[in-house]
Amino acid sequence: MSEQHIKLPEGSIEKTTTTLNLGPTHPATHGVMQNILELDGERIVSTEQTIGYIHRAFEKIAERRPLYQITPLTDRLNYCSAPLNNMGWHLTCEKLLGVSTPKRVDYLRVIVMELARISDHLICNSIVGVDSGAYTGFLYVMQYRELIYEIYEEICGSRLTTNIGRIGGFERNFNDIAFQKIEKFLDEYPRVLKEFENLFTRNRIFMDRLIGAGPISAERALNYGFTGPNLRAAGVDYDVRISNPYSSYQDFDFSVPVGTTGDCYDRFLVRNEEMWQSLSIIRQAMQKLTEFKGAEADVYHADVPEYYLPKKEDVYTKMEALIWHFKIIMGEIDMPKGEVYHSIEAANGELGYYMISDGGRAPARLHFRRPCFIYYQAYEELTKGSMLSDAIIVMSSLNLIAGEMDA
Amino acid sequence: MALTNEQIQEKLTAKFGDQVAGFDESWGMLSFEAPKELNLKVLNFLYDEPELKFRFLTDLCGVHDPEKKGKELAVVYHLHNLEDNVRLRFRVFTSIHQPDIYTATGLFSSANWMERETYDFYGVNFVGHPNLKRILNVDEMEYFPMRKEFPLEDQSRIDKDDEMFGRGGTLGFGTEKSESGTVTEAEKHDTGEEII
Repeated sequence: MSEQHIKLPEGSIEKTTTTLNLGPTHPATHGVMQNILELDGERIVSTEQTIGYIHRAFEKIAERRPLYQITPLTDRLNYCSAPLNNMGWHLTCEKLLGVSTPKRVDYLRVIVMELARISDHLICNSIVGVDSGAYTGFLYVMQYRELIYEIYEEICGSRLTTNIGRIGGFERNFNDIAFQKIEKFLDEYPRVLKEFENLFTRNRIFMDRLIGAGPISAERALNYGFTGPNLRAAGVDYDVRISNPYSSYQDFDFSVPVGTTGDCYDRFLVRNEEMWQSLSIIRQAMQKLTEFKGAEADVYHADVPEYYLPKKEDVYTKMEALIWHFKIIMGEIDMPKGEVYHSIEAANGELGYYMISDGGRAPARLHFRRPCFIYYQAYEELTKGSMLSDAIIVMSSLNLIAGEMDA
Repeated sequence: MALTNEQIQEKLTAKFGDQVAGFDESWGMLSFEAPKELNLKVLNFLYDEPELKFRFLTDLCGVHDPEKKGKELAVVYHLHNLEDNVRLRFRVFTSIHQPDIYTATGLFSSANWMERETYDFYGVNFVGHPNLKRILNVDEMEYFPMRKEFPLEDQSRIDKDDEMFGRGGTLGFGTEKSESGTVTEAEKHDTGEEII
C-alpha cells in the first residue's frame, strides 16, 4: 500500500489487500470455477484458481466402458461444441482400430465440426461482449446458434450433448432438411456475422476495454501449453488441421488467422476470422458433396461390422447381423492392443485423446488432453497487475469451459 | 530437412547409451522410456538440442499397471517439435511404493497443473513442484482414485438407494407393497432395499 493512504490507528487493520472470491457461482465466471483474487484497491496482486467443482471422473468411468459408450462422456467435456469432441473420439477409435473412412464421411464430418466451431466461437465472442457491457450482440447471434443446434437435431436427434456420429461414420445419412438448414445457415449467417463485427470490432468502448487486456507473448503462450485461437492470437500459426490433417482437411483451402499481442482483442479478432474460414470450409465441403455420384452419394459410414451397428432390418432377418448387433451393444468385442494419441483442433485448441488398450473390451487408460485445463493455469500471469474488470474479460476471452477443465 | 524418428533415436542413444530403451514407432509416433532419475536430463536434452527442439509439452499424464512389479506407475510425456512437426512420447516408470519423480515445471509452465492432476489421481510425488496439491478432487481425499485397486462401482449392486437414477431401490415390478399403495413413505424407505 502506498504512503498517501490515510494512516489508520495502530492495530485497527492488519491486512492491506482485499480477498475477493470470484466464483464458483458468480455470473461472470460462466461456469463452475473459482478465482480467489487478492486485490489492492482494484488492482490484482495475485490470483489463485480452484477447479474441479464438476469433476465427474470420466477417465475412470471410461475404463469400464466399450468404445461407443464413451462418446456420450466426450459430449460433456466442452459442451459448447460437443460434436467436435465426438468426432475427435471417433477418429481416435478409428486410428486404433485401423478403420479408414470414405471421403464422403470425412466431408460430412468436416461440415459438422466446422458448424460446432462456429457455434463455440460465436458464444465465446458474444460473451466477451456481454462482459464488457454490450448485451445486444449476444442476443442477436444467439438465434444462429439455435439454427446450428437445429441442424444437429436433424442429423442426430439431439442438440447440446449430441453423441453425434458413430465409429466409422454417422448413424444415418443427413436428411434433406439438414442440408436445407445448412444452406440457410450459409446463406444468412455471413450477414449476421458482418453485423456482429460492425457492432464490436471498431467500437471505441469495446476496443478500449479489450486492447491490452491479458496479453501474452508467443514464447510464454507456448510454454504454458496454449493451443487453438488463444495461441494463434499470440502469433503462433499452429493449427492441428494443418499440421496433422485428419478427416481430409488437406482437401480444403483455408487460412489460419494469427494475432500479434495475444491480448483479448486479438483473441476476439482471431475467433471472428476463424468463423469466416469455417464458413468457407463448410461451403467447400457442400460443393464437394455434390460431386459424389450414384451409390457413392449415399455413403455415410465405413464398413466396420465389429463396431458399426448393422441395419435394423438385417438384425431381424440375418443371423450374422444379429450376432454383431448383440456383441456391439453388450460391449463384447476385444480391441486390438496398442497405444494411440490422436488430437483434433477443437474450438479451444488441441483436444487430444491418449488411449492405451491392453486388448480388453474397454480402454486400460484413457486420458483427455483438455486445452482449457492447460491454459487456465496462465490466468495469474495474464491478469497480475491489471484491474478487476480486466480479469473478467480475460476469463471470458480465454473461453474457459468448466466441463472441459474438470473432465 | 525434416526430422525423422530414426534421427531422434540415434541422437538419444548417442547421448544416453542404453539407458533409453523400448523404442517403438507404432502409428508413426516414436515412443521410448528412460529411468526415472533421468527424466529431466532427457527432457532438457530434447528441449535444448538444436536439431531436436521438442519445446512444446502437449500432454503429461499418469498410467497405472499393477502387473508391472517395481514399475507400477508411469508418467507419460507427449512432446511436440512445432518447427518440424514431429511428436514423440516419452515415459518414465516408478515403483508405487516410492513414487518420486522430478518435476518438469522448471522447463514447462504447463506441467504445473498437469503434474498436480497426475498427483491427484495417481499419487506420483513430483519432487520440486512449487505447489503439489490436489486439483480436481477434494483436498481431504486420502487415496488416489485412478489407481487400479479402486474398481468402479458394480453396476448390478442393489444395496444402494439409487431409485432416482433408475436402478435399485423400490423399482420392483409387481411387488405387493408397491401395488397396494398402503405403504407409507417411511416404510418404503426402510424396506426399499429388500424389494427388488
